[in-house]
Amino acid sequence: MSDLLDDADNGSNAPEFSVSELSGAIKRLIEGEFAHVRIRGELGRISRPASGHMYMDLKDDRAVIAGVMWKGTASRLNMRPEEGMEVIATGRLTTFPGQSRYQLVIEEMRPAGVGALMAMLEKRKALLQSEGLFDPSRKRPIPYLPGVIGVVTSPSGAVIRDILHRLRERFPRKVLIWPVPVQGERCAPEVTRAIQGFNALTPGGAIPRPDLIIVARGGGSVEDLWGFNEETVARAAAASDIPLISAVGHETDTTLIDFVSDKRAPTPTAAAEMAVPVRMELLSWAEDQQSRLARALTTALGQRRQRLTDMARALPRPANLLDGPRQRLDGAGAALPAALIRTVQTRRVSLSHSAGALRPSLLRSLIANEKRQLDGQAQRLAPALSRTAQGKRDRLSALRLSAAPIRADLARKARDLRALEQRLSIAANAQTQSWGKALSSLGRLRETLGYEETLKRGYAVVRGDGNVVTTTAAARAAGTLEIQFADGRIALDGSAPIAPPPDPAPQPKPRPKPKSKTPKRPPEQGSLF
Amino acid sequence: MTDTPIEEMSFEDAMRALEQVVGQLERGDVPLEQSITLYERGAALKARCEAKLKEAEEKVAAITLDADGNPAGLKPVEGL
Repeated sequence: MSDLLDDADNGSNAPEFSVSELSGAIKRLIEGEFAHVRIRGELGRISRPASGHMYMDLKDDRAVIAGVMWKGTASRLNMRPEEGMEVIATGRLTTFPGQSRYQLVIEEMRPAGVGALMAMLEKRKALLQSEGLFDPSRKRPIPYLPGVIGVVTSPSGAVIRDILHRLRERFPRKVLIWPVPVQGERCAPEVTRAIQGFNALTPGGAIPRPDLIIVARGGGSVEDLWGFNEETVARAAAASDIPLISAVGHETDTTLIDFVSDKRAPTPTAAAEMAVPVRMELLSWAEDQQSRLARALTTALGQRRQRLTDMARALPRPANLLDGPRQRLDGAGAALPAALIRTVQTRRVSLSHSAGALRPSLLRSLIANEKRQLDGQAQRLAPALSRTAQGKRDRLSALRLSAAPIRADLARKARDLRALEQRLSIAANAQTQSWGKALSSLGRLRETLGYEETLKRGYAVVRGDGNVVTTTAAARAAGTLEIQFADGRIALDGSAPIAPPPDPAPQPKPRPKPKSKTPKRPPEQGSLF
Repeated sequence: MTDTPIEEMSFEDAMRALEQVVGQLERGDVPLEQSITLYERGAALKARCEAKLKEAEEKVAAITLDADGNPAGLKPVEGL
């Protein structure tokens, strides 16, 4: 029984703690002793619950220490802790008495050493490259002569001074400085913001939108330049609509932004040189162009003038052009009088030849000859005429008309006509008489066949509702009955005959609209009495 | 040749157009009337280039940021 109880006397005189007391003592001891430690180790398992706090293990080949990074610290961290990464963490140790545990509350964490940094950089590079952000096709051309240049850098220091100095030498421009810290924790977020901010400016706004951005920083250690290796900065530079020149560090330093910028300058001064051309050179270039223009025009004119002169020289002189014709004219002019005289003489000779044969006796003999012929014709004319007339007269007398046969013919034709007239009237009378007879016999026949003749012999026709009634059944069915005698019709109720209607004129007209008349008028039926 | 009026061309456009005009004229294969037109255009382009070159003016300002870190205005910078 006594074995079951702790015997205070049976052992040492060590004091007795409660669990809480001991835990408290340990806590005080640990938290006092390790209130600020720097620890180097490899990151183990990392978890990032929704709370925003970050839990991770720091380990080496023999031991593990649990670490926590509270939300506020974790969000400020300018690196992304990854498993396997070697880091240097700064913080304090705390205990967790409820579970008999202790942990490191990390307040700052950086990759350990250049090697680790570079490994991280390579990883980022690979990521961005796989996204195509380094493609040469993404690079925009730098404007030849930007109007406004935006510079993202520290407002104090040699860098901005160098840039402005070189710009001034080459081609003074409007420069907008977006001041940023160029190292430390604030560097990356502010550079990112500056690049985005320049892009967000509206063209023509109160603050002019730059045509070119230079992101610049002087030389420094890898850690100093680290801000420009941050992914946010690189992504902002890649997304920039405005062409961007990066000039970070010295020529040998390459940062992530250099891969995504449209142009990488080895130094800030070089960036200024890339940004603008040399004004004086351009001025002399313009002068040069002007003189080339003038020279070209002069040459063009000169060449044409030369060709004109050459061709003009090749043209014969107008005076010479006329020499030949003029000589021919002179020759012809000289030959003209002699030719005229010769022609006249020739004509005269031929005239005198012809005139020689022309004598009056020749003409007279011609006339006498013609006259003889004419006389002969005239003598034959009169007998020919009388002969012709006689012939015609003879033919006329042979054709003379006589009236006697015509009259005889007329008389005979008249007789024939009268005989025909008589025959026609006789025939017509006979025809008319025979038609008359046939007609009257047909009339009689009609009367004997019609029922009305029968009425005269005492028969009568009974009609019911206008139709002939032939049976007692029909008579009973009929509303009104009417009897037709030879001299007219009578209704069976003794009223006036319905048909045939006598002369309608004396009949009083029925009232066409009785209702419209005065109600004093007796009803129609009353007329029966 | 572009259709942009010379007075509205950027320096770079005017420069390119001028080089083109000079080259055309120097080849000497343009008709006389056109070469005079070209010369006049070249002179105008050169004037435009020169005007743009004379516009060179240094003006340096730093952007001031408001509490949210957005650009609020400009502050002239001197002595750099």
